[in-house]
Amino acid sequence: MPTNLQSAEYDTVGQKRWVWPGFAIPGVVWLCLLFLVPFYAIFAIALGRIDPILLRPVPEWNPVYWDPTVFAEVAADLFGGQLGLVALRTIGYVFAASALCVLIGYPVAYFVSRKAGRWRWLWLLLILAPFWINYLMRMMSWVNLLSPDGQVNQILSFFGVSSFPDWLSGQHLVVILGLVYGYIPFFIVPLFAALDRIDDATLEASRDLGASNLQTFWRVTWPLSRNGVLGGLVIIMLPMFGDYYTPNLLSGSPRTRMLGNSIDQFINQTTSQGSRGAALTIVLMMFVAGLMAYYLVTINRAAEEARR
Amino acid sequence: MRNQWGKPRGLVLVTALYVLWSLIPVAIAIQFSFNAGRSRSTWQGFSTQWYVGDPEAASSVFYDPSLRSALNQSLKLAVLTMLVAAPLGVALAIGLARWRGRGAKPSNFLMLFPLVTPEIVMGVALFLVFDNLYDFVPFGTWAQFLGHVTFSVSFVVIIVRGRLFAIGRDYEEAAMDLGASPWEAMRRVLLPLLTPALVASFAIVFALSIDDFVISQFLIGGANSVTIPVRLYSGARLAPPPSLNALATVLMVVTIGAVVVAGLGYKALTRRFGGDDSALETVGRFEI
Repeated sequence: MPTNLQSAEYDTVGQKRWVWPGFAIPGVVWLCLLFLVPFYAIFAIALGRIDPILLRPVPEWNPVYWDPTVFAEVAADLFGGQLGLVALRTIGYVFAASALCVLIGYPVAYFVSRKAGRWRWLWLLLILAPFWINYLMRMMSWVNLLSPDGQVNQILSFFGVSSFPDWLSGQHLVVILGLVYGYIPFFIVPLFAALDRIDDATLEASRDLGASNLQTFWRVTWPLSRNGVLGGLVIIMLPMFGDYYTPNLLSGSPRTRMLGNSIDQFINQTTSQGSRGAALTIVLMMFVAGLMAYYLVTINRAAEEARR
Repeated sequence: MRNQWGKPRGLVLVTALYVLWSLIPVAIAIQFSFNAGRSRSTWQGFSTQWYVGDPEAASSVFYDPSLRSALNQSLKLAVLTMLVAAPLGVALAIGLARWRGRGAKPSNFLMLFPLVTPEIVMGVALFLVFDNLYDFVPFGTWAQFLGHVTFSVSFVVIIVRGRLFAIGRDYEEAAMDLGASPWEAMRRVLLPLLTPALVASFAIVFALSIDDFVISQFLIGGANSVTIPVRLYSGARLAPPPSLNALATVLMVVTIGAVVVAGLGYKALTRRFGGDDSALETVGRFEI
């Protein structure tokens, strides 16, 4: 037996060489069939044909026969049509909401990780709480507060305001604040982790060398937390770009339509527009490709570091 | 000189306001699930009618067919997903952590991809593939189940892999030096050491699945495959009775229960078997 362990058929832990891939194979096959193939199907449909009689999309699996007609229509709409406006609005909403997340989230994460003192665990629990409350429940709560006879208007009329806008129809600010409300916990928590990792000794050293509080922050804490900010931004921007439920719940008006709303409409609400929906999904992926790549590299690096 | 570690009042204020802003709307929604009247904005006294109320008097989570069916569908999907995704992910994690062959790198890459893909993209992809290629899979529970497993497997891999790296190979090698066969070493040394990660995986997959909205909605089959988040989405703008708040509250309690099980189980078992508990923090990062 022990002599076998040295042979080429076995690896260092004495398992046969095919054992480890054997463990991985069911998962890999699953992901090939239910992630890779579906992913490819987006392209096969977007660049496939439309059945002239049934008017439904026919996938074209062979790239040689891909037909760019639908994709060209979508591209034309993107540069100069309605879709261009929707895309610009999506970018505007995502950037505005992300900026607000940084402005509000940084002080919160900073306080809880470095200054919260004795009650730190309680603060931490409070900033983690929204994580485990369903996103739709949190949005539904705001729909309720902002409805015509809701608490927001009750408070406003208490202060003597008598006419209210319809908060839940086409208000850009409501949608942007809704996005902030929905995604900010996912920004704060990774940033908290990054700030938490900064060694107190580094900050003390900075102060011993004569830096003021503000200088210490700008020249030590902020640079050390920059990766946390970037990571948090990627985590919230990816789903925000594809969001459709937030504008639908908090507005539902064409004035606040985002890219995700168009995709949702083409896929979920009509039957024959699958290829337009697929083409739009490719457009969306072009928007977020950079974010996805950055995120992929970060997770991979974290795994490599854990391995060492 | 000023005390350098003095109380930062401005920061306390910002954080306190943030916490109030983030939690009060939900607290109000929970409060009104216990309202004695039909209003969701005027308090009329305490009642549990929207949870267990008589079907004649009011719609309640327990008796209203659409609410009850959403609860059943969510629980059914979460349990099914948990039973398949957790073992699949654990095996994948062990395989990927030890496999050094040619296919290892691409497989690892494939595993990471679902974590960085926006959910709407995965929803569209799965919808199109079930509609055009795997048309033997009916929309509804089956499609939703396959979708949920697909997006949760990678989370399991991340949890288990963190733990595998922390354990290292020394224990298994020691067991085999003492005469255990490779299989015995795995069954009697590695798997017990992995128990905390297994417990956490099951609970996290349950929470991920029951909380999911996008995939469930894209792969919906009919009225009886509506899950709780989908029901909240479709009902929120239609001036619903407080029973919708009650349904949301039930979902929240179940999710928090799963997370507490994950956390406590992980903590208790790591204490018993030793090791670090950084993997749960890792998962927090990816959870959206």
